[in-house]
Amino acid sequence: MWQSATVRTSLGFIALAIVCAFFADFQISTHDPWQELGRLMMGLVIPDFLAVDFLGEALLRTLAFAFVGVGLGAFVGLLLALAFHSTWVRTGCAFVRAIHELFWALIFLQFFGLHPLTGVLAIAIPYAGIFAKVYAEIFDETDPQPSRVLPQGSGRAAGLAFTRLSQAWPHLVNYTSYRLECGLRSSAVLGFVGMPTLGYYLESAFAQGLYGSVGALLILFYVLIATLRLWVRPRLLPFYLLAAPFLLGSGLPIVWSNVSRFFTQDIVPAPLRNGEGIGGFGAWLLDLLATQALPGIWNTLLLTQIALVITGALAMVLFPLISRHFTGRVGGTLGHITLVVMRSTPEYLLAFILLQLWGPSMLPAVVALALHNGGIIAHLLGQRSNQLTLRQDAPHGLDRYVYEVTPRVYGPFLALLFYRWEIIMRETAILGILGIATLGFYVDSAIQEIRFDRALVLILITALLNIGVDVLARRLRARLRLRHNVNCEP
Amino acid sequence: MIRGLMLALAVLLAPSLASAETFVFTAIPDEDETRLQQRFQKVADYLSEELEVDVHFVPVKSYAAAVTAFRNNQVQLAWFGGFSGVQAREHVPGSRALAQGVEDAEFVTYFIAHESTGLKAGEGFSDAMRGMTFTFGSKGSTSGRLMPEYYLREHFGEPPEDTFSRVGFSGNHSRTASLVASGAYQLGALNYTVWENEVAAGNIDTDQVTVVWETPQYPDYQWTIRGDVDERFGDGFADRVQQALLDMNDPELLASFPRSGFIPASNEDYAVIREVGQELGLLD
Repeated sequence: MWQSATVRTSLGFIALAIVCAFFADFQISTHDPWQELGRLMMGLVIPDFLAVDFLGEALLRTLAFAFVGVGLGAFVGLLLALAFHSTWVRTGCAFVRAIHELFWALIFLQFFGLHPLTGVLAIAIPYAGIFAKVYAEIFDETDPQPSRVLPQGSGRAAGLAFTRLSQAWPHLVNYTSYRLECGLRSSAVLGFVGMPTLGYYLESAFAQGLYGSVGALLILFYVLIATLRLWVRPRLLPFYLLAAPFLLGSGLPIVWSNVSRFFTQDIVPAPLRNGEGIGGFGAWLLDLLATQALPGIWNTLLLTQIALVITGALAMVLFPLISRHFTGRVGGTLGHITLVVMRSTPEYLLAFILLQLWGPSMLPAVVALALHNGGIIAHLLGQRSNQLTLRQDAPHGLDRYVYEVTPRVYGPFLALLFYRWEIIMRETAILGILGIATLGFYVDSAIQEIRFDRALVLILITALLNIGVDVLARRLRARLRLRHNVNCEP
Repeated sequence: MIRGLMLALAVLLAPSLASAETFVFTAIPDEDETRLQQRFQKVADYLSEELEVDVHFVPVKSYAAAVTAFRNNQVQLAWFGGFSGVQAREHVPGSRALAQGVEDAEFVTYFIAHESTGLKAGEGFSDAMRGMTFTFGSKGSTSGRLMPEYYLREHFGEPPEDTFSRVGFSGNHSRTASLVASGAYQLGALNYTVWENEVAAGNIDTDQVTVVWETPQYPDYQWTIRGDVDERFGDGFADRVQQALLDMNDPELLASFPRSGFIPASNEDYAVIREVGQELGLLD
């Protein structure tokens, strides 16, 4: 068993996380965390739907931003997917999706300001990068045979539509509808930086300890996600897409001169802007790297590695909740609800809540990341295990878990976990905005100081870090020969 | 779907003609954000009546967002803190401070401590504070970040991160008060008017938290207006706005700041804040 590369890799990751834990800060610093938690629970039990008079508007805006953002992202992503063989397109897509929606929002806020376009592009751009990649993978898996038998002179578009597109269609629809759910989460979270979505009101309500309103907002959000399948129907979709742009609200008018100012002044490093030359720029960059980027990278890596391993552990513990080999009908339904709640709560929101309850340390961040991502992987793993057929005389209980099911799902488990690695890191960076000293903390500081040159360098570093982890994860998957199926991709 | 998207773009990019002649203002979200809209809607109504133009209030989520909106000419007037006002005027040539609250000419920051620290009311900075946890307010706040950091550095001779075991940014003053009251942080620094307001409103248990030190006085909050409003809204518009602000004497309006009245202010009044900002490396 110890000779297995899979086991060695797993143990390596666990050892690394334990080492990281020694450097991390896990203190609970609130005086009475349980009392706060109790108040939050009371808020969920007795939500105050009347306190939030803007509830309807928050809900409408959350939906509108998600539909327009995801719609635009899917459309552009589809076009890019057709050109995905080009290195430029691939690199460009990898780059735009390495930058989190919230960072995109912070960038657009600088020149579009509080205009709906800020929120729409913040979702559409990274989503286009993700759609392009996944759509391209789906196309690659289609059977090339039909296109070879097309008569000479068939138009390219028609050829595409009747061969690859028609085969891939169910998978495309499947993935796009999954992404819409992600889009709703992103849209809600954009409220934290000022878009008029659920997050906006949630943050204000939390800040004032209005747990009744918090409960109402959270419950609405869960209902929205849980009922997604009931109201998002293929036939209704065009109607939603047409209506959504009109429901974004008006915001403040865009002043176009701000856009050129942003690109020609704001993001030019201060020493260059002030004519201090390359020498001044070098000193500026070095200072930025030493005092902000390095500590930020260090904390981002620490937190990512710890969160990754705890995510994995949690997923392995939780997947039996929805696996037919371990649960009955009632237990399975309860398990399902548990996992749905876990994965539909955005990490950012969860970290924000836990931070209020436990005080600032890496603990809320790790728990938030592990709960959300663990929930997703456990869900997919549970589904995977349900495809297994065990022998009639297979053992039951713990023996079944250890000797029958786990060995069979461990490969897919690692593949999923490595896939989430980059996502966990992207989230880790963004959690810095909440006050944990990862890269996002320094990005936020630079923006608060209206120093966009610095913020952009730090965002670029974050993107490179994410791309690096993505490449590493792909190599590991290849080395361990972990097959990765896009259709079960979260 | 494509048609829908095109339409979406068209709607998004269409300039909102209706708002062309609307005078828009904002305020830094320094305390209870849920009340911002209510607090400032009345002010918007008042200004609208005095100035005879449409006046709109737009709430924002952070100090930087207020500065950015002002810089981007999406708002023309703002109720800034001392430092955010300096940042805004640095970035918008020609803009000027119009008025400050009566209290703002001699503003102070309170350093507060949780009862469990054993620190006594009014005992000042001491080495006993070393190793404790400490929270500022917003990163861009004058009374919650700039001035307290300045005095901490002056007393301890090192950055606050070296003095305290943990340094946080609560986001706003009321949150600082509640975080220290709950013991999440042992120490905190905040705007004294917010503190006294919260105490008067009974939101804070003064058995749990006490004021251990107050800073010397410095100038803080002010109304700042863009230099190009006269071109857009007519000659003398900025002066009329200033007069309207100075004339504001309805206690209900003033309570939302909370200030007892407004007095004239100028950019020079804030030179000291600018220097401190530069000294702390927050301004280039």
